Amino acid sequence: MFQEKRPERLIDLNGLRLDGRKLDQLRQIKLEVGILDKANGSAYVEQGRNRILVAVYGPREAHPKHMALADRAVVRCRYHMAPFSTEERKSPAPSRREMELSKVMREALEPAILSKNYPRTTIDIFVEVLQSDGGSRCAAITGASLALADAGIPMKSLVSACAVGKIGGQIALDLSDLEDKYGEADMPVALMPSFNAITLVQMDGSLTLDEFAKGLDIAVESCKQIHEMQKTALKEKYLSIKEEVEEKEESEEAGK
Amino acid sequence: MSSTPHISPMASIEQRTIVDMISHGKRIDERPLTDYRDLKIEVGIIEKANGSAQVFLGKTKIMVGVKVETGDPFPDTPNEGILTVNAELVPLASPSFEPGPPDENSIELARVVDRGLRESKAIDLEQLCVEAGKKVFVVFVDVYVLDHDGNLIDASAIASLAALLNARMSDYEIKNGEIVYKPGYKPLPIKNRPITVTIAKIGDSLVVDPCLEEEQVMSARLTAAIDDSGRVCAMQKGGMEGLTIEEVKAAVQIVSKKANELREKILEAAK
Amino acid sequence: MTLHVEKKQLVAPGEIVAEGGYFAGDNVYKENDKIFASRLGLVEVDGNRVLVVPIKGCYIPYLDDPVIGRIVDVGMSGWSVDINAPYPALLPASETFGHRQPFPKADLTKIFEVGDLVLAKVIAFDRTRDPLITVKGPGLGKATSGRVVEISPTKIPRLIGRKGSMISLLKKETGCEIMVGQNGIVLVSGRSPEGERVAVSAIYMIEREAHTRGLTDRIQEMMRKELGGREFVSGKAS
Repeated sequence: MFQEKRPERLIDLNGLRLDGRKLDQLRQIKLEVGILDKANGSAYVEQGRNRILVAVYGPREAHPKHMALADRAVVRCRYHMAPFSTEERKSPAPSRREMELSKVMREALEPAILSKNYPRTTIDIFVEVLQSDGGSRCAAITGASLALADAGIPMKSLVSACAVGKIGGQIALDLSDLEDKYGEADMPVALMPSFNAITLVQMDGSLTLDEFAKGLDIAVESCKQIHEMQKTALKEKYLSIKEEVEEKEESEEAGK
Repeated sequence: MSSTPHISPMASIEQRTIVDMISHGKRIDERPLTDYRDLKIEVGIIEKANGSAQVFLGKTKIMVGVKVETGDPFPDTPNEGILTVNAELVPLASPSFEPGPPDENSIELARVVDRGLRESKAIDLEQLCVEAGKKVFVVFVDVYVLDHDGNLIDASAIASLAALLNARMSDYEIKNGEIVYKPGYKPLPIKNRPITVTIAKIGDSLVVDPCLEEEQVMSARLTAAIDDSGRVCAMQKGGMEGLTIEEVKAAVQIVSKKANELREKILEAAK
Repeated sequence: MTLHVEKKQLVAPGEIVAEGGYFAGDNVYKENDKIFASRLGLVEVDGNRVLVVPIKGCYIPYLDDPVIGRIVDVGMSGWSVDINAPYPALLPASETFGHRQPFPKADLTKIFEVGDLVLAKVIAFDRTRDPLITVKGPGLGKATSGRVVEISPTKIPRLIGRKGSMISLLKKETGCEIMVGQNGIVLVSGRSPEGERVAVSAIYMIEREAHTRGLTDRIQEMMRKELGGREFVSGKAS
């Protein structure tokens, strides 16, 4: 638990940020897949102090029936924050911000989902932000891709997301909550790395055209880094079972 | 308005298997009738909250966050702080949870957890008064169900108590009715540690800590909360059928025995 | 023609698997002459066809599939059945033995009621309407006893094994009747609860380790250890 004050400067004399990072450094990211039992697919993302849980249910029967589409699955996405996820307690009722984020998230993920494979069904993506510290929509998209893949939903590509921004007059990667609040711009970006296709880009603040172009390039590069982490996390569970089983066999062979 | 819930999504032969096995003293996960599933408690995972706890009870997963803020006291208790418990059955936890405002199940869950804490006076609310009638501390306990595999009540109560024990507020003094913060932190004024145990009636047997399939088969459930001194401080019967008087008494006896076991585990985890 | 990965390699959605003259099989898609995986799974090459065997996936009904389902509703001329697919199945009254005309509702519940488990077969399915199933056929109909196990439908082929080798092994070692639905539902029915319990454990173990080698031996070892090496002959413990 900590109390927040307006920081004097966001970049110190050595070019380091409040948490000691360099301008082009991502926060520490931890990705875990398949941690929930009831959901068809799930993922847990820690990025800096963000703690985000994503679950996917589906494809499942559409309820109510009239909402179903004849030629594809309906993708539903709900971005929701826990009351204890922010500095000040947040009411559990959905806010306008959460509704907007639900929409842009769905639009970031839908291009990657092969929804035509499952007409008349729904694919539900539920995001719960357990702790929020800037860039949560990007971390949520990164997690949602993992949860979709974990559920076995066919996809053209994973979607990887990351935000860039401007603090202390300079372009910086992966802003924290404080940096977003007291900085000059924040720009979340989501990418389908296999196709270099951008499925989410938003910006608030003020950037010159050059800064914008530079920031976009940096964001895309980081998305690709995050993509590698996603692939590793997805395969991790199965590779570790394989290892565990093969080690056990080897030690039994040796013991004979 | 409350309506009869939809029929349980389990085949009749599955239901019969569970009831049969229990009548022979066996459960589908091979536990003894009076045993809890594996319990894992972790505290302090959400740094932005004043206190937090994550509980894994078998496959059920619950997270509780405690936030302490200031607010107006209730008019009938002007010199007491406020405890408020809220529960969310978020859709990610179960295929049967839908997005929307709290339904009767999440409200019952919140109120049963609240009852145990409130009636045992777990928190000394008078110590949370800043200025009588004007300003008090409000303790928000937010129960978040993350994975529903049965017995949300006990798992939520365990997580709530652990989160409250884990909670820290900024150290302060009251000067002239105003809060003056000092460096450092202090725990919440916890005076009692109520433990909530739920028993399900399946066939003619009483089982502790029903998993999801057992809940879908049970005819009734009884939850009781026991405080530090062994007194019953809260009770709730649920389910569509009845319990005999003997069954109620027997259930409370079982609760009394299990409460100490659980209390030890929570105190250990919250250290 | 280039193969970008090795056979049996684990690939994630969007990873490039092959290029050039290959054809796209299951769980991959082709774009601009390149073949990409669409699901997490193991790569298989069958001649010039590339496909991915997925780790997880929902059940999509297929003609002639044996399935195990649960009656969820009784209608005017048939039953609605949950077959663990994104589409509810319809079992028309005409697809049960001895009933060719539509009967009033009261009679239908005498045959199957809500909660009953049925062994059935898919007789029709296309993407524009819900699957149709039948219980006419040897071994089909209402299940009256046994334990129900649910696993990922993608693991059913491994549970059955090449030419039924794995499932025969389970039946032999545990003395249980095991009915396997392509929809991931398995019914285990034996005379000894121990045999049933071990069969259930074996099924979950196969689900978890389906993608590893040497599974058949490990399963056999586990079952022999649990059952003390007794052999079950036609359902009787010896």
